[in-house]
Amino acid sequence: MKARVLIRPKEGILDPQGQAVERALPALGFEGAKEVRVGRLVELEVADSSRLREMCERLLANPLIEDYEVQVVE
Amino acid sequence: MKFGVVRFPGSCDEVDALMACRRFADARLLWHGDRDLDGVDVVVIPGGFSYGDYLRVGAIARFSPVMAAVKEHALAGGAVLGICNGFQVLCEAGLLPGALLPNSGLRFLCRQVDVEVVNRDTPFTRACAGGDTLSIPVKHTSGRYYAPEEALSDMDAHGQIILRYAPGHNPNGSVSDIAGVANRDKNVMGLMPHPEHAVDTLDGSTDGGCLFESLVEHVEEMAERVAGAHA
Repeated sequence: MKARVLIRPKEGILDPQGQAVERALPALGFEGAKEVRVGRLVELEVADSSRLREMCERLLANPLIEDYEVQVVE
Repeated sequence: MKFGVVRFPGSCDEVDALMACRRFADARLLWHGDRDLDGVDVVVIPGGFSYGDYLRVGAIARFSPVMAAVKEHALAGGAVLGICNGFQVLCEAGLLPGALLPNSGLRFLCRQVDVEVVNRDTPFTRACAGGDTLSIPVKHTSGRYYAPEEALSDMDAHGQIILRYAPGHNPNGSVSDIAGVANRDKNVMGLMPHPEHAVDTLDGSTDGGCLFESLVEHVEEMAERVAGAHA
């Protein structure tokens, strides 16, 4: 099955990439975008979705600095 | 007394580290595929971009065969020094607390910084002169040290914060100006500045030398103790 893992900087951790994007948007006329956070998307096909959490904890994310969200797509 | 410097695919400072170690003792390169450390006394994980820094800095290198041996060495009390990418690898491997995030300014930084030795009572800093600030270069994109509040006060209470950037010298937004930390037992240390690039007058500073000198002193003292115990 296909799965998607969304990884983002933990709340409270400064995300300079998000800040840079937030500052860039008004320059293109997109006003009012706030709290921009930039993360990572990992797509994968797995035989056994029960191990996705462990994959996240041990490799895909660093739980000390990142939150992750697992979505089983199909 | 022998240093072993690990070369990963993507390492780039391993030769400088090797040359720096050789000023103070024997040293050899170790390969990431090695399963044993050839009896080295101190392991140095050098700077660079191990495994392309894919996913996160240091995230993949920790699974290399040599890292199992490095962990074993560390658990047995052996000294391990991680420099820059090596620091990142040791954090990802769980041998050091915390993590390294992209610099707050998002830019690659390459500059000389002043670093204060906060704890001189470690195998890595015992030869550093008291009250001294060390002038050592940094060169990195992900050097912003982070650890949660509780972990930081715990580390502080146990003397695990070894180096801090001098006031005004924090280049990357590291929490509490932290430039280098150790594990609870003080036999594993990581730092973002590059002491191996500050060992020759041609480098503009020789202040990095005291870290290598400290390790030599430490290993020699340990050997004397063992010899004394057997005498």
